[in-house]
Amino acid sequence: MKKQKLVVVGNGMAGIRAVEELLKLAPDLYDITVFGAEPHPNYNRILLSPVLAGEMTINDIILNPLGWYADNGVRLHVGKTVTRIDRTARKVIASDGSEEEYDRLLLATGSTPFILPIPGRELPGVISYRDIKDTDEMIATAATHKHAVVIGGGLLGLEAANGLKLRGMDVTVVHLMPWLMERQLDKAAADMLKTSLEARGLKFLLEKQTEALIRGESGRVCALRFKDGLEIPADLVVMAAGIRPNTALAESARLYCNRGIVVNDTMQTYDPRIYAVGECVAHRGIAYGLVAPLFEQAKVCANHLANFGIARYTGSVTSTKLKVTGIDLFSAGNFMGGAGTDEIVLNDPSGGVYKKLVVKNDTLVGAVLYGDTADGAWYFQLVKDAQNIHEIRDHLMFGQNHVGDVGHAGKTLAATMPDDAQVCGCNGVCKGDIVKAIKSQGLFTLDDVRKHTKASSSCGSCTGLVEQILASTIGGAYTPADSRDKPVCGCTDHSHGVVRQTIRERHLISIPEAMRYMEWKTPSGCPSCRPALNYYLISTWPGEAKDDPQSRFINERAHANIQKDGTYSVVPRMWGGLTTPAELRAIADVADKYRVPTVKMTGGARVDLLGIKKEDLPKVWADLGAAGMVSGHAYGKSIRTVKTCVGAEHCRFGTQKSMAMGVKLERMLFGMWSPHKVKLAVSGCPRNCAEAGIKDIGVIGVDAGYELYVAGNGGIKTEVAEFLCKVKSDEEVMEYSGAFLQLYREEGFYLERTCHYVARVGLDHVKQIVVDDAAKRKELHERLLFALQDYEDPWQAAVAKPAVRREYEVIRIKEVAEVAP
Amino acid sequence: MSGWIRVCALDEIALQGSRVVASSQGDIAIFRTADDQVFGLHDKCPHKGGPLSQGIVHGDTVTCPLHGMKIGLKDGEAVAPDKGCTRRFEVKAEDGTVWLQLN
Repeated sequence: MKKQKLVVVGNGMAGIRAVEELLKLAPDLYDITVFGAEPHPNYNRILLSPVLAGEMTINDIILNPLGWYADNGVRLHVGKTVTRIDRTARKVIASDGSEEEYDRLLLATGSTPFILPIPGRELPGVISYRDIKDTDEMIATAATHKHAVVIGGGLLGLEAANGLKLRGMDVTVVHLMPWLMERQLDKAAADMLKTSLEARGLKFLLEKQTEALIRGESGRVCALRFKDGLEIPADLVVMAAGIRPNTALAESARLYCNRGIVVNDTMQTYDPRIYAVGECVAHRGIAYGLVAPLFEQAKVCANHLANFGIARYTGSVTSTKLKVTGIDLFSAGNFMGGAGTDEIVLNDPSGGVYKKLVVKNDTLVGAVLYGDTADGAWYFQLVKDAQNIHEIRDHLMFGQNHVGDVGHAGKTLAATMPDDAQVCGCNGVCKGDIVKAIKSQGLFTLDDVRKHTKASSSCGSCTGLVEQILASTIGGAYTPADSRDKPVCGCTDHSHGVVRQTIRERHLISIPEAMRYMEWKTPSGCPSCRPALNYYLISTWPGEAKDDPQSRFINERAHANIQKDGTYSVVPRMWGGLTTPAELRAIADVADKYRVPTVKMTGGARVDLLGIKKEDLPKVWADLGAAGMVSGHAYGKSIRTVKTCVGAEHCRFGTQKSMAMGVKLERMLFGMWSPHKVKLAVSGCPRNCAEAGIKDIGVIGVDAGYELYVAGNGGIKTEVAEFLCKVKSDEEVMEYSGAFLQLYREEGFYLERTCHYVARVGLDHVKQIVVDDAAKRKELHERLLFALQDYEDPWQAAVAKPAVRREYEVIRIKEVAEVAP
Repeated sequence: MSGWIRVCALDEIALQGSRVVASSQGDIAIFRTADDQVFGLHDKCPHKGGPLSQGIVHGDTVTCPLHGMKIGLKDGEAVAPDKGCTRRFEVKAEDGTVWLQLN
């Protein structure tokens, strides 16, 4: 089949991002031709400010070098402006007369700076601030001239002013409004910003209207006159008074425009063959001037160009960060407040910190931060997700650390960290490595940074900090990942929630069937989605869906923990932590017989035999099995251990028999697979020697029965378990615990610990079902028991079945060549 | 030396699974993909020496079990942006038998 022709008008960040997204989805669908008016390949326009400030060079900000176009078969015309679209003949005509036919056309013509309609606007020395050419001219002028005036005290104007000042010019910022950056800041924050910029030597004239630009003897601009008669010297005038969507081309082709080129939620214009993305577009009446929404638009547009037809763009919440080194400023959403909103304000002018959070109906709708923007990304996420903040409202102002959502993340302000400060403790990545990768590779998302630097890709506790570094490096281009509807992985656009729901509603029972039905993009998935799918299938359809060992991580496939040298560790189960001399003897015999180099206790108080060769595993298990021991599942996303204290059986303080309770719980849960590992503890009295306060379920004996706690965690970030309810009998402990765990099994996302699950759905939701609704509780408990019935010890299964045992055997070959068949 | 050495029957390797062959040239991981192709790699990840044979096979790639580096089965090259290469061995499956060529 002949390829269709896609022509892209506009070689900037939005147009090329759409092409990149399209190539990912359908690399062979189109012959692609790109027209760019500027003589450069696609570069990162938002980093022009650091270039002007002398912190980066043009080469640093190129996003797609010319080789990228060639490698991807994209024809590029640089320095050619498209002047006309012939919609009948379906072709575009460029300024040099060249023509290009299209089947689909993508307009990404961006915006043009607004030039004040005042006398003198055409004089040499009067420029806007939009592209590389403008930036070059400003750098050149700074070397030869003295006085610069920037008209416009918005984001762009201030960045221009700061850069010119750093290049040695005397800079005055003229602004029509009563305070700076009024589109992004309230007056209090703007005043602090002004004071801080004045301390750097910038001058400001607020509420001043420019009347004319005056020509000097050289023919160049020499001064600027205001309506009130005041004149100030100006060798360079930078107009940064806003941008206008560049709709001239679209209008000349009589495409409907209103502020921008009007598009629907699929980024299609009124001509179905023509799409538009970026600053030139008006979507639901809004034209965006920041880069993050453009990327979202590009993704949706690419989906439709690829004929997938499933994505919708429904608008963006935007955030802003000023890229002036040393000034931390962040704003997002509706930061001015108004009717029906509450404002939470922290104002410390001497300390140079101002924070305002705007709350409406228990959701955060906007934020302004000055001086301390460490939590900007977090607030932005809360705004985007429209998350209910009722429970954290009184801590909200003090940031994410105070709420306790991350590990050692965010302790330091990202912007002020030195380059050699270590960010990712697992992979040894420093801040400088991350910043360098972001700049040199043109990274925009957390996932990209993880792939390229490995930072935050292991335990994830530094994620918040990496996000802050990303935000402070690329400013407004940063969009935090959508935590609610985030796709499972690159193999699909569906979120964990959607995948779970679909498997249940469509009664899908195998991985190939699920992938087919949900139109997986890869033939056999990846190590992220396959284990998740396998878990969702077996937990939703116990007895029907067949477990797929090849979709499990090696530990669960080999029923032992792989170690750094490729050997394994073996942890026999000890119900409730109880053992016998006979079991200990058998363990000692195994350790001797197989020369186990290390024997220790695990964190869950079980015996760990480390350093066993894979080939020996079945023999070790056979010996342990002969002494009555089974798998301890110390390797699985599954029930791990129930830790117990001595309890009323021996302890003089004990109120309940915690050992017996622990044994019963551990036996009930044997063989339970779950979204992530599950650990329990039972203490016989409130002294809580079993440390039940940091377990997924903590049971604490009291005189009248037991207190149940859920969603504790002693891992990456310590989380204290929350009180669920009090119960009277052992049977109730089993029923309530079982019901809670089954709810987690049915609703939790793969690799989500109970603490994260409960944080997501809310403890009230859990209480309503597990505590308040006796019928639902019983049903959940029964479903758990149904799923766990007839569970066979995986160790003895591996010992008994030759086909399974093969997994552990090494093939020994006779190195004699035979005649090739 | 360029003759073919008999390894095992094809169905002794699980689909999307692998087996380890002990050879005079070190351990060799033999992989079988979902579409029944077979590949051979030195059983050592170029990153920190992890046993690739223990990884998850997806498409024509294996992910190392230790730190998740992805290695292409066809060429032994790490998937970008990671860098690194594992030695590969000629392997073929014919009439249900897997054959290996030592380098």
